[in-house]
Amino acid sequence: MRIRVDPEKCQGHARCYGLAPDLFDVDDYGLASVVGDGTVPAELEDRARLAIANCPEYAVEEIEA
Amino acid sequence: MTQGAPVTRWDTDFDVLSPEYVADPFRIWDELRPTCPVAHTDRRGSTWLPTRYQDVVDLAHDIDHFSSTQISVIPFNGERPDEPILAYGIPPISADPPLHTWTRRLLLPWFSHRRVEGYEAMTRALCAELIDGFVSEGRADAAHDYAQQIPVRVIAGILGVPSSLSDTFTGWVRDLLEFADDPVRRARGANGLVGFFVDEVGKRKTEPGDDLLSDLLHSQSDDGQPVDERVVLGVAALVLIAGVDTTWSAIGSSLWHLATHTEDRDRLVHDPAAMPMAIEELLRAYSPVTMARVVTEDVDFVGCPMRAGDKVLLNFPGANRDPEVFEDADRVVLDRELNRHVAFGSGIHRCAGSNLARMELRVALEEWLHRIPEFSLADGAEVTWAGGQIRGPRQLPVVFR
Repeated sequence: MRIRVDPEKCQGHARCYGLAPDLFDVDDYGLASVVGDGTVPAELEDRARLAIANCPEYAVEEIEA
Repeated sequence: MTQGAPVTRWDTDFDVLSPEYVADPFRIWDELRPTCPVAHTDRRGSTWLPTRYQDVVDLAHDIDHFSSTQISVIPFNGERPDEPILAYGIPPISADPPLHTWTRRLLLPWFSHRRVEGYEAMTRALCAELIDGFVSEGRADAAHDYAQQIPVRVIAGILGVPSSLSDTFTGWVRDLLEFADDPVRRARGANGLVGFFVDEVGKRKTEPGDDLLSDLLHSQSDDGQPVDERVVLGVAALVLIAGVDTTWSAIGSSLWHLATHTEDRDRLVHDPAAMPMAIEELLRAYSPVTMARVVTEDVDFVGCPMRAGDKVLLNFPGANRDPEVFEDADRVVLDRELNRHVAFGSGIHRCAGSNLARMELRVALEEWLHRIPEFSLADGAEVTWAGGQIRGPRQLPVVFR
Protein backbone atom coordinates (compact mmCIF):
# COMPACT_ATOMS: atom_id res chain seq x y z
CA MET A 1 0.00 0.00 0.00
CA ARG A 2 1.22 3.48 -0.88
CA ILE A 3 -0.32 6.81 0.04
CA ARG A 4 0.14 10.51 -0.63
CA VAL A 5 -1.14 13.86 0.62
CA ASP A 6 -2.50 16.24 -2.01
CA PRO A 7 -0.91 19.59 -1.04
CA GLU A 8 -3.61 21.47 -2.96
CA LYS A 9 -6.33 19.96 -0.77
CA CYS A 10 -4.57 19.76 2.62
CA GLN A 11 -5.66 22.56 4.97
CA GLY A 12 -3.76 21.42 8.04
CA HIS A 13 -6.43 19.66 10.10
CA ALA A 14 -3.65 17.23 11.12
CA ARG A 15 -6.06 14.36 11.53
CA CYS A 16 -3.70 12.07 9.57
CA TYR A 17 -0.78 12.91 11.84
CA GLY A 18 -2.92 12.34 14.92
CA LEU A 19 -4.02 8.91 13.71
CA ALA A 20 -0.72 7.76 12.22
CA PRO A 21 2.28 9.82 13.31
CA ASP A 22 4.61 7.17 11.86
CA LEU A 23 3.20 7.71 8.38
CA PHE A 24 2.80 11.48 8.22
CA ASP A 25 4.62 14.65 9.06
CA VAL A 26 3.15 18.14 9.43
CA ASP A 27 5.17 21.30 8.87
CA ASP A 28 5.02 24.57 10.81
CA TYR A 29 2.24 25.82 8.56
CA GLY A 30 0.10 22.72 8.99
CA LEU A 31 0.82 21.17 5.62
CA ALA A 32 0.93 17.39 5.91
CA SER A 33 3.18 15.08 3.92
CA VAL A 34 3.91 11.37 3.92
CA VAL A 35 7.04 10.00 5.54
CA GLY A 36 9.49 8.66 2.95
CA ASP A 37 7.90 7.72 -0.37
CA GLY A 38 4.53 6.93 1.21
CA THR A 39 4.95 3.17 1.27
CA VAL A 40 2.94 1.83 4.21
CA PRO A 41 4.37 -1.05 6.27
CA ALA A 42 1.86 -3.91 6.40
CA GLU A 43 1.26 -3.48 10.13
CA LEU A 44 0.27 0.18 9.63
CA GLU A 45 -2.19 -0.32 6.77
CA ASP A 46 -5.17 -0.04 9.13
CA ARG A 47 -3.89 3.30 10.38
CA ALA A 48 -3.35 4.51 6.82
CA ARG A 49 -6.95 3.60 5.95
CA LEU A 50 -8.15 5.48 9.03
CA ALA A 51 -6.16 8.53 7.96
CA ILE A 52 -7.74 8.37 4.50
CA ALA A 53 -11.23 7.99 5.97
CA ASN A 54 -10.92 10.84 8.44
CA CYS A 55 -9.38 13.66 6.42
CA PRO A 56 -12.04 16.39 6.22
CA GLU A 57 -10.52 17.69 2.96
CA TYR A 58 -10.14 14.30 1.21
CA ALA A 59 -6.46 15.15 0.87
CA VAL A 60 -5.06 11.73 1.86
CA GLU A 61 -5.28 9.13 -0.87
CA GLU A 62 -4.02 5.71 -1.81
CA ILE A 63 -1.91 5.61 -4.96
CA GLU A 64 -0.63 2.83 -7.18
CA ALA A 65 2.20 1.07 -5.41
CA MET B 1 -40.96 38.05 12.84
CA THR B 2 -39.67 40.64 15.24
CA GLN B 3 -36.40 39.94 16.91
CA GLY B 4 -36.95 38.10 20.15
CA ALA B 5 -40.45 36.91 19.23
CA PRO B 6 -41.04 33.18 19.76
CA VAL B 7 -40.24 30.99 16.75
CA THR B 8 -43.19 29.18 15.20
CA ARG B 9 -41.48 28.19 11.93
CA TRP B 10 -37.88 27.05 11.82
CA ASP B 11 -37.69 26.86 8.01
CA THR B 12 -38.60 30.49 7.27
CA ASP B 13 -38.11 32.30 10.57
CA PHE B 14 -35.37 30.62 12.60
CA ASP B 15 -33.60 32.35 15.46
CA VAL B 16 -30.28 30.96 16.67
CA LEU B 17 -30.61 32.95 19.89
CA SER B 18 -34.02 31.58 20.82
CA PRO B 19 -34.00 29.57 24.06
CA GLU B 20 -35.17 26.45 22.19
CA TYR B 21 -32.28 26.61 19.72
CA VAL B 22 -29.72 27.28 22.42
CA ALA B 23 -31.01 24.39 24.55
CA ASP B 24 -31.43 21.78 21.81
CA PRO B 25 -30.46 22.75 18.25
CA PHE B 26 -30.02 19.08 17.32
CA ARG B 27 -33.74 18.35 17.11
CA ILE B 28 -34.26 21.45 14.97
CA TRP B 29 -31.53 20.48 12.48
CA ASP B 30 -32.89 16.93 12.33
CA GLU B 31 -36.31 18.32 11.40
CA LEU B 32 -34.94 20.75 8.82
CA ARG B 33 -32.56 18.43 6.92
CA PRO B 34 -35.19 16.30 5.13
CA THR B 35 -37.73 19.11 4.67
CA CYS B 36 -35.89 22.41 4.24
CA PRO B 37 -32.13 21.77 4.45
CA VAL B 38 -31.24 25.45 4.10
CA ALA B 39 -33.49 27.51 6.37
CA HIS B 40 -33.93 31.26 6.18
CA THR B 41 -34.79 34.14 8.48
CA ASP B 42 -35.21 37.89 8.20
CA ARG B 43 -34.44 38.43 11.86
CA ARG B 44 -31.25 40.50 12.11
CA GLY B 45 -31.14 40.77 8.32
CA SER B 46 -31.64 38.14 5.61
CA THR B 47 -29.74 35.06 6.81
CA TRP B 48 -29.50 31.43 5.63
CA LEU B 49 -28.90 28.37 7.80
CA PRO B 50 -27.63 25.21 6.08
CA THR B 51 -27.99 21.97 8.04
CA ARG B 52 -26.44 19.36 5.71
CA TYR B 53 -22.76 18.46 5.84
CA GLN B 54 -22.06 18.78 2.14
CA ASP B 55 -23.78 22.16 1.86
CA VAL B 56 -21.78 23.59 4.76
CA VAL B 57 -18.52 22.28 3.28
CA ASP B 58 -19.37 23.61 -0.20
CA LEU B 59 -20.20 27.04 1.22
CA ALA B 60 -16.96 27.16 3.20
CA HIS B 61 -14.96 26.31 0.07
CA ASP B 62 -16.63 28.85 -2.23
CA ILE B 63 -14.71 31.89 -1.04
CA ASP B 64 -15.61 33.88 -4.17
CA HIS B 65 -19.34 33.97 -3.42
CA PHE B 66 -19.13 33.74 0.36
CA SER B 67 -16.75 36.27 1.89
CA SER B 68 -15.29 36.20 5.40
CA THR B 69 -15.55 39.97 5.82
CA GLN B 70 -18.66 39.46 7.99
CA ILE B 71 -18.17 36.49 10.26
CA SER B 72 -20.38 37.38 13.22
CA VAL B 73 -23.39 35.16 13.58
CA ILE B 74 -25.08 38.08 15.31
CA PRO B 75 -24.64 41.24 13.24
CA PHE B 76 -24.15 44.57 14.93
CA ASN B 77 -27.45 45.71 16.36
CA GLY B 78 -27.84 49.43 15.95
CA GLU B 79 -24.88 51.62 15.18
CA ARG B 80 -21.61 49.97 14.37
CA PRO B 81 -18.96 51.16 16.79
CA ASP B 82 -16.46 53.36 15.05
CA GLU B 83 -13.26 51.33 15.09
CA PRO B 84 -10.85 52.79 12.53
CA ILE B 85 -8.11 51.18 14.54
CA LEU B 86 -9.39 47.80 13.39
CA ALA B 87 -9.58 48.93 9.76
CA TYR B 88 -8.34 45.49 8.71
CA GLY B 89 -10.74 43.58 10.92
CA ILE B 90 -9.37 40.64 12.87
CA PRO B 91 -7.40 38.78 10.19
CA PRO B 92 -6.99 36.12 9.02
CA ILE B 93 -10.44 34.94 10.18
CA SER B 94 -12.28 38.05 8.95
CA ALA B 95 -10.30 38.40 5.73
CA ASP B 96 -10.32 36.97 2.24
CA PRO B 97 -7.10 36.44 0.26
CA PRO B 98 -4.65 38.10 -0.08
CA LEU B 99 -4.80 39.62 3.45
CA HIS B 100 -5.95 36.26 4.78
CA THR B 101 -3.04 34.40 3.24
CA TRP B 102 -0.09 36.34 4.63
CA THR B 103 -1.56 37.05 8.06
CA ARG B 104 -2.35 33.35 8.44
CA ARG B 105 1.25 32.49 7.62
CA LEU B 106 2.39 34.78 10.44
CA LEU B 107 0.13 33.05 12.90
CA LEU B 108 0.36 29.34 12.03
CA PRO B 109 3.88 28.59 13.33
CA TRP B 110 2.78 29.69 16.80
CA PHE B 111 0.18 26.93 16.79
CA SER B 112 2.14 24.20 15.02
CA HIS B 113 2.34 20.70 16.43
CA ARG B 114 5.87 21.33 17.61
CA ARG B 115 4.99 24.54 19.43
CA VAL B 116 1.85 23.09 20.94
CA GLU B 117 3.82 20.20 22.45
CA GLY B 118 5.80 22.89 24.26
CA TYR B 119 2.61 24.29 25.81
CA GLU B 120 1.42 20.94 27.15
CA ALA B 121 3.32 20.84 30.47
CA MET B 122 2.10 24.33 31.35
CA THR B 123 -1.46 23.36 30.50
CA ARG B 124 -1.27 20.20 32.60
CA ALA B 125 0.10 22.07 35.61
CA LEU B 126 -2.65 24.65 35.26
CA CYS B 127 -5.37 21.96 35.17
CA ALA B 128 -3.89 20.23 38.24
CA GLU B 129 -3.79 23.51 40.14
CA LEU B 130 -7.42 24.27 39.31
CA ILE B 131 -8.48 20.81 40.49
CA ASP B 132 -6.48 21.26 43.72
CA GLY B 133 -8.69 24.27 44.39
CA PHE B 134 -11.96 22.32 44.56
CA VAL B 135 -11.26 18.58 44.73
CA SER B 136 -11.70 18.34 48.50
CA GLU B 137 -15.09 20.07 48.33
CA GLY B 138 -16.75 17.16 46.56
CA ARG B 139 -18.46 19.54 44.16
CA ALA B 140 -17.57 22.12 41.54
CA ASP B 141 -18.96 24.08 38.67
CA ALA B 142 -17.09 22.21 35.93
CA ALA B 143 -17.77 25.02 33.46
CA HIS B 144 -16.92 28.05 35.56
CA ASP B 145 -14.33 26.65 37.98
CA TYR B 146 -12.47 24.51 35.46
CA ALA B 147 -13.21 24.66 31.71
CA GLN B 148 -13.47 28.46 31.61
CA GLN B 149 -10.16 28.95 33.40
CA ILE B 150 -7.92 26.89 31.13
CA PRO B 151 -7.73 28.20 27.53
CA VAL B 152 -7.67 31.86 28.51
CA ARG B 153 -4.56 31.38 30.64
CA VAL B 154 -2.76 29.32 28.01
CA ILE B 155 -3.49 31.86 25.28
CA ALA B 156 -2.42 34.74 27.55
CA GLY B 157 0.91 33.00 27.98
CA ILE B 158 1.35 32.61 24.22
CA LEU B 159 0.43 36.23 23.53
CA GLY B 160 2.69 37.40 26.33
CA VAL B 161 0.02 39.21 28.35
CA PRO B 162 -0.64 38.71 32.09
CA SER B 163 -2.76 35.66 32.89
CA SER B 164 -3.80 37.47 36.08
CA LEU B 165 -6.15 39.44 33.79
CA SER B 166 -7.88 36.28 32.59
CA ASP B 167 -11.26 37.17 34.14
CA THR B 168 -11.14 40.52 32.37
CA PHE B 169 -10.26 38.86 29.06
CA THR B 170 -13.06 36.34 29.49
CA GLY B 171 -15.51 39.18 30.19
CA TRP B 172 -14.57 41.03 27.00
CA VAL B 173 -14.76 37.91 24.86
CA ARG B 174 -18.17 36.98 26.25
CA ASP B 175 -19.39 40.53 25.61
CA LEU B 176 -18.31 40.16 21.99
CA LEU B 177 -19.52 36.65 21.29
CA GLU B 178 -22.25 35.68 23.72
CA PHE B 179 -23.91 39.02 24.37
CA ALA B 180 -23.44 40.39 20.88
CA ASP B 181 -27.13 41.24 20.66
CA ASP B 182 -26.63 43.88 23.35
CA PRO B 183 -24.91 46.89 21.71
CA VAL B 184 -23.69 48.22 25.05
CA ARG B 185 -21.98 45.00 26.05
CA ARG B 186 -20.62 44.43 22.59
CA ALA B 187 -19.07 47.90 22.50
CA ARG B 188 -17.66 47.39 25.99
CA GLY B 189 -15.97 44.17 24.91
CA ALA B 190 -14.57 45.68 21.71
CA ASN B 191 -13.30 48.84 23.40
CA GLY B 192 -11.79 46.92 26.29
CA LEU B 193 -9.95 44.51 24.04
CA VAL B 194 -8.70 47.10 21.56
CA GLY B 195 -7.61 49.57 24.24
CA PHE B 196 -5.72 46.81 26.03
CA PHE B 197 -3.82 45.72 22.94
CA VAL B 198 -3.02 49.30 21.91
CA ASP B 199 -1.17 49.62 25.22
CA GLU B 200 0.49 46.21 24.94
CA VAL B 201 1.70 46.89 21.40
CA GLY B 202 3.06 50.24 22.54
CA LYS B 203 5.15 48.55 25.23
CA ARG B 204 6.62 46.04 22.79
CA LYS B 205 7.82 48.67 20.35
CA THR B 206 10.62 49.50 22.72
CA GLU B 207 10.84 46.27 24.70
CA PRO B 208 10.03 43.27 22.55
CA GLY B 209 9.56 39.97 24.39
CA ASP B 210 9.59 36.33 23.32
CA ASP B 211 5.89 36.26 22.57
CA LEU B 212 3.40 36.25 19.71
CA LEU B 213 2.58 39.94 20.03
CA SER B 214 6.23 40.99 19.74
CA ASP B 215 6.76 38.58 16.87
CA LEU B 216 3.82 40.07 14.93
CA LEU B 217 5.01 43.60 15.54
CA HIS B 218 8.45 42.81 14.16
CA SER B 219 7.28 40.78 11.16
CA GLN B 220 6.87 41.77 7.54
CA SER B 221 3.75 41.77 5.41
CA ASP B 222 3.52 40.30 1.91
CA ASP B 223 5.07 43.41 0.36
CA GLY B 224 8.19 43.22 2.56
CA GLN B 225 7.14 46.21 4.69
CA PRO B 226 6.71 46.05 8.49
CA VAL B 227 3.24 44.82 9.37
CA ASP B 228 0.74 47.68 9.75
CA GLU B 229 0.08 48.18 13.46
CA ARG B 230 -3.66 47.95 12.86
CA VAL B 231 -3.14 44.46 11.44
CA VAL B 232 -1.10 43.50 14.53
CA LEU B 233 -3.94 44.70 16.75
CA GLY B 234 -6.49 42.78 14.73
CA VAL B 235 -4.53 39.52 14.78
CA ALA B 236 -3.87 39.85 18.52
CA ALA B 237 -7.54 40.51 19.21
CA LEU B 238 -8.46 37.48 17.12
CA VAL B 239 -6.09 35.18 19.01
CA LEU B 240 -7.70 36.13 22.29
CA ILE B 241 -11.28 36.08 20.99
CA ALA B 242 -10.90 32.78 19.18
CA GLY B 243 -8.80 31.13 21.86
CA VAL B 244 -11.09 31.58 24.84
CA ASP B 245 -14.81 30.86 24.40
CA THR B 246 -14.33 28.13 21.82
CA THR B 247 -12.09 25.66 23.64
CA TRP B 248 -13.67 26.39 27.00
CA SER B 249 -16.99 25.40 25.42
CA ALA B 250 -15.55 22.18 24.01
CA ILE B 251 -14.07 21.22 27.40
CA GLY B 252 -17.35 22.06 29.16
CA SER B 253 -19.53 20.13 26.70
CA SER B 254 -17.24 17.12 26.96
CA LEU B 255 -17.41 17.17 30.77
CA TRP B 256 -21.20 17.52 30.54
CA HIS B 257 -21.28 14.45 28.30
CA LEU B 258 -19.08 12.43 30.66
CA ALA B 259 -21.10 13.56 33.70
CA THR B 260 -24.27 12.28 32.04
CA HIS B 261 -22.91 9.14 30.29
CA THR B 262 -21.33 6.89 32.91
CA GLU B 263 -20.25 4.18 30.46
CA ASP B 264 -18.28 6.65 28.32
CA ARG B 265 -16.74 8.20 31.41
CA ASP B 266 -15.63 4.79 32.74
CA ARG B 267 -14.29 3.80 29.37
CA LEU B 268 -11.97 6.81 29.27
CA VAL B 269 -10.90 6.32 32.87
CA HIS B 270 -9.91 2.70 32.26
CA ASP B 271 -8.63 2.98 28.70
CA PRO B 272 -6.58 6.16 28.28
CA ALA B 273 -5.49 4.98 24.81
CA ALA B 274 -9.06 5.57 23.67
CA MET B 275 -8.70 9.29 24.35
CA PRO B 276 -7.44 10.62 21.00
CA MET B 277 -10.35 9.17 19.01
CA ALA B 278 -12.78 10.07 21.77
CA ILE B 279 -11.62 13.68 21.55
CA GLU B 280 -12.49 13.78 17.84
CA GLU B 281 -15.91 12.28 18.53
CA LEU B 282 -16.66 14.76 21.30
CA LEU B 283 -15.56 17.56 18.97
CA ARG B 284 -17.92 16.20 16.32
CA ALA B 285 -20.92 15.76 18.57
CA TYR B 286 -20.52 19.03 20.48
CA SER B 287 -18.81 21.31 17.97
CA PRO B 288 -18.89 24.72 19.60
CA VAL B 289 -18.37 27.06 16.66
CA THR B 290 -20.75 28.41 14.05
CA MET B 291 -19.26 30.98 11.65
CA ALA B 292 -20.86 33.33 9.14
CA ARG B 293 -20.18 34.51 5.61
CA VAL B 294 -21.59 37.36 3.55
CA VAL B 295 -22.83 36.75 0.00
CA THR B 296 -20.72 38.79 -2.47
CA GLU B 297 -23.06 38.59 -5.51
CA ASP B 298 -26.48 37.14 -6.19
CA VAL B 299 -26.17 33.37 -6.40
CA ASP B 300 -28.40 30.32 -6.47
CA PHE B 301 -27.20 27.83 -3.87
CA VAL B 302 -28.96 24.43 -3.92
CA GLY B 303 -32.11 26.21 -5.08
CA CYS B 304 -31.90 29.08 -2.59
CA PRO B 305 -31.88 32.55 -4.16
CA MET B 306 -29.15 34.20 -2.14
CA ARG B 307 -28.71 37.95 -2.64
CA ALA B 308 -25.56 40.01 -2.32
CA GLY B 309 -25.34 41.15 1.29
CA ASP B 310 -27.25 38.17 2.72
CA LYS B 311 -25.59 36.33 5.58
CA VAL B 312 -24.97 32.59 5.49
CA LEU B 313 -24.23 30.68 8.69
CA LEU B 314 -21.54 28.03 8.42
CA ASN B 315 -23.31 25.56 10.65
CA PHE B 316 -20.40 23.23 11.40
CA PRO B 317 -22.15 21.79 14.49
CA GLY B 318 -25.18 20.88 12.36
CA ALA B 319 -23.03 19.46 9.56
CA ASN B 320 -21.39 17.17 12.09
CA ARG B 321 -24.78 15.69 13.05
CA ASP B 322 -25.83 14.92 9.46
CA PRO B 323 -27.02 11.28 9.32
CA GLU B 324 -26.09 11.12 5.61
CA VAL B 325 -22.45 11.37 6.61
CA PHE B 326 -22.34 10.01 10.17
CA GLU B 327 -24.04 6.77 11.08
CA ASP B 328 -26.11 7.19 14.22
CA ALA B 329 -25.15 10.86 14.09
CA ASP B 330 -26.90 11.94 17.29
CA ARG B 331 -25.14 9.29 19.37
CA VAL B 332 -21.64 9.67 20.78
CA VAL B 333 -19.56 6.67 19.70
CA LEU B 334 -16.18 7.18 21.33
CA ASP B 335 -14.29 4.96 18.89
CA ARG B 336 -16.10 6.11 15.76
CA GLU B 337 -13.81 5.10 12.91
CA LEU B 338 -15.29 7.16 10.09
CA ASN B 339 -15.25 10.69 11.42
CA ARG B 340 -14.54 13.37 8.84
CA HIS B 341 -15.87 16.05 11.18
CA VAL B 342 -15.54 19.76 10.47
CA ALA B 343 -15.54 21.09 14.04
CA PHE B 344 -12.52 23.21 13.06
CA GLY B 345 -14.10 24.35 9.82
CA SER B 346 -13.31 23.41 6.25
CA GLY B 347 -11.18 24.97 3.53
CA ILE B 348 -8.73 27.85 3.80
CA HIS B 349 -10.07 29.12 7.14
CA ARG B 350 -9.49 25.86 9.04
CA CYS B 351 -9.10 26.92 12.67
CA ALA B 352 -5.50 28.14 13.03
CA GLY B 353 -5.50 27.06 16.68
CA SER B 354 -6.85 23.55 16.16
CA ASN B 355 -3.68 21.81 17.38
CA LEU B 356 -3.77 23.90 20.54
CA ALA B 357 -7.48 23.38 21.12
CA ARG B 358 -7.15 19.62 20.71
CA MET B 359 -4.24 19.48 23.16
CA GLU B 360 -6.09 21.63 25.71
CA LEU B 361 -9.22 19.48 25.46
CA ARG B 362 -7.25 16.24 25.83
CA VAL B 363 -5.14 17.45 28.76
CA ALA B 364 -8.14 18.99 30.53
CA LEU B 365 -10.07 15.70 30.31
CA GLU B 366 -7.05 13.55 31.20
CA GLU B 367 -6.29 15.57 34.33
CA TRP B 368 -9.94 15.69 35.38
CA LEU B 369 -10.51 11.95 34.91
CA HIS B 370 -7.23 11.12 36.66
CA ARG B 371 -8.23 13.04 39.78
CA ILE B 372 -12.01 12.79 39.58
CA PRO B 373 -12.87 9.48 37.92
CA GLU B 374 -16.43 9.39 39.29
CA PHE B 375 -18.63 12.43 38.93
CA SER B 376 -22.15 13.29 37.92
CA LEU B 377 -24.48 16.27 37.69
CA ALA B 378 -25.45 17.62 41.10
CA ASP B 379 -29.00 16.81 42.20
CA GLY B 380 -31.36 19.39 40.76
CA ALA B 381 -28.43 20.96 38.94
CA GLU B 382 -29.33 23.77 36.62
CA VAL B 383 -27.08 23.51 33.56
CA THR B 384 -27.10 26.64 31.42
CA TRP B 385 -25.82 26.89 27.84
CA ALA B 386 -24.52 29.70 25.68
CA GLY B 387 -25.48 29.58 22.01
CA GLY B 388 -25.34 31.51 18.77
CA GLN B 389 -21.74 31.78 17.57
CA ILE B 390 -20.35 29.52 20.29
CA ARG B 391 -22.24 26.74 22.05
CA GLY B 392 -21.21 25.33 25.40
CA PRO B 393 -22.24 25.06 29.05
CA ARG B 394 -21.79 28.14 31.20
CA GLN B 395 -22.93 26.59 34.48
CA LEU B 396 -22.29 22.90 35.08
CA PRO B 397 -22.63 21.88 38.74
CA VAL B 398 -21.17 18.43 39.35
CA VAL B 399 -20.58 16.31 42.45
CA PHE B 400 -17.95 13.66 43.07
CA ARG B 401 -16.50 11.57 45.83
